[in-house]
Amino acid sequence: MASPPYPWLNPALAVGGLSPLALLAVQGPRGALGPNAVEAALNQTGLLALVLLMASLACTPLKLVSGWTWPVRIRRTLGLLAFTYACAHFLTYLVLDQGLSLNALLEDLVKRPFITVGFTALVLLVPLAVTSTNRWVRRLGFPRWQRLHRLAYVAAALGVVHFVWRVKQDVTEPLIYGAVLAVLFAVRVGEAMRKRRARTASAARNPA
Amino acid sequence: MSDKPPEEPPGSEITPEPLYLRRRELLKNAGLFAGTAAAVAGGLYLLSGKQRRAMDAYVPDAGRVTGPVAKASGEFDTDEPRTPYEDVTTYNNFYELGLDKNDPARLAHLLKPRPWTVAIDGEVHEPQTVDIDQLLSWFSMEERVYRMRCVEAWSMVIPWLGFPLAALLSRVKPTSHARYVSFTTLMDPEQLPGQKRGVLDWPYVEGLRLDEAMHPLTFMAMGLYGRQLPAQNGAPLRLVVPWKYGFKGIKSIVRISLTREQPFTTWNLAGPEEYGFYANVNPAVAHPRWSQATERRIGEGLERRPTLPFNGYAEQVAHLYAGLDLRKNY
Repeated sequence: MASPPYPWLNPALAVGGLSPLALLAVQGPRGALGPNAVEAALNQTGLLALVLLMASLACTPLKLVSGWTWPVRIRRTLGLLAFTYACAHFLTYLVLDQGLSLNALLEDLVKRPFITVGFTALVLLVPLAVTSTNRWVRRLGFPRWQRLHRLAYVAAALGVVHFVWRVKQDVTEPLIYGAVLAVLFAVRVGEAMRKRRARTASAARNPA
Repeated sequence: MSDKPPEEPPGSEITPEPLYLRRRELLKNAGLFAGTAAAVAGGLYLLSGKQRRAMDAYVPDAGRVTGPVAKASGEFDTDEPRTPYEDVTTYNNFYELGLDKNDPARLAHLLKPRPWTVAIDGEVHEPQTVDIDQLLSWFSMEERVYRMRCVEAWSMVIPWLGFPLAALLSRVKPTSHARYVSFTTLMDPEQLPGQKRGVLDWPYVEGLRLDEAMHPLTFMAMGLYGRQLPAQNGAPLRLVVPWKYGFKGIKSIVRISLTREQPFTTWNLAGPEEYGFYANVNPAVAHPRWSQATERRIGEGLERRPTLPFNGYAEQVAHLYAGLDLRKNY
């Protein structure tokens, strides 16, 4: 059986993608993360979750624009990496920052939209991670699977909102992520409209 | 030794061509794998690790404070463990020198604390603009070990060097109309490049009620840990109000005005729902985005401490706010 092109791509992505997390796990306990290690870990895991989620959302638009096929084959790895960082981010908050205080978690979830929004994004990613296998794609059927996985856009948008609310004053950086997300979304909407026009055009040519 | 030509290896030992090609393919793939993994790791780190990039081995070179230092009476000092000097001088909020916590230490060299003058004006009988060294020569320096609670729910314990604000105010003699004191930070985008960006309304302005300003805990710091104040901590002169959130402690002061009306203050203007004029440390009033009930003491590991009303100075200052609804006047 011929091996797929670029057999090294997904393993490399997984190893490279997980290495910042490994570095955090090694440096944190050694006090190499600066005076406020928990804050440093929270900021980094949160940002990486958003970056990787947006990278996974960039795959299809990149394919549409460039014609390359390899982006689509790393989409799952990117999505699972994003989910890993989102979990690491939440666990850092719950265990290291709040000392596993469920009261503090509940209070934050109920009273603080900043936390509610971030937590919702994480919850939305859970079914996507669970159904990321080929077997689940078959079980759901591709159209339904695809509809479900559009939730990734909602999660990313919530992630951007969480980021905007996180910064104290200067919202430049989160807004850059928001703008990139909007561009990715626009490419897809454009493609969907093009397809629809093509369908109606061909339907007009070949009346049933 | 035989002079026969070297025997060819038996055919069974010759690598079959497909395998030979596969090995080359394997090596090539291994190289691509390593290169891609390294590029992905490096890219992600560059994108997300800026807060953690090494502190540039910043060594503050502010000298020892010379001249006599009267030990504080000690009645206000906390005996809690002091936050290490390195943490106090590399983990700062001083947006004029950058938004990340380690930016101010990196950019500290841009701020020149000498020569420096401080204007004292408004409702005072003796308005004047005074050279910083002359101003400092008016007072004997004291050390005060205070808790510092940031509105972001972290805290430190810092040995400040300086003098009570009340001593300065008494010297310039407030008029009977003076009810508030406002403070202004240096406005100079060359020395404070953060002022080139409109993150806040520059220059930074803070204020106190006159009775708060005259309280014996309210302190003007020109040093910490027995050394001149490093620029990132607000050289050459800053305010320290230990029962209020840290943002009240305005840095690098060039102007002190006594006023009749409550002055506008920078963070209150930027986010009135989040940052009040009083900004007294209060575990019962949450910030809209996080609880203020607990805090992380920098340098103390993972356990959070409960936050105390008025940052543990309630006995000294609670009476200033008798009859005031602290939920409304946060």
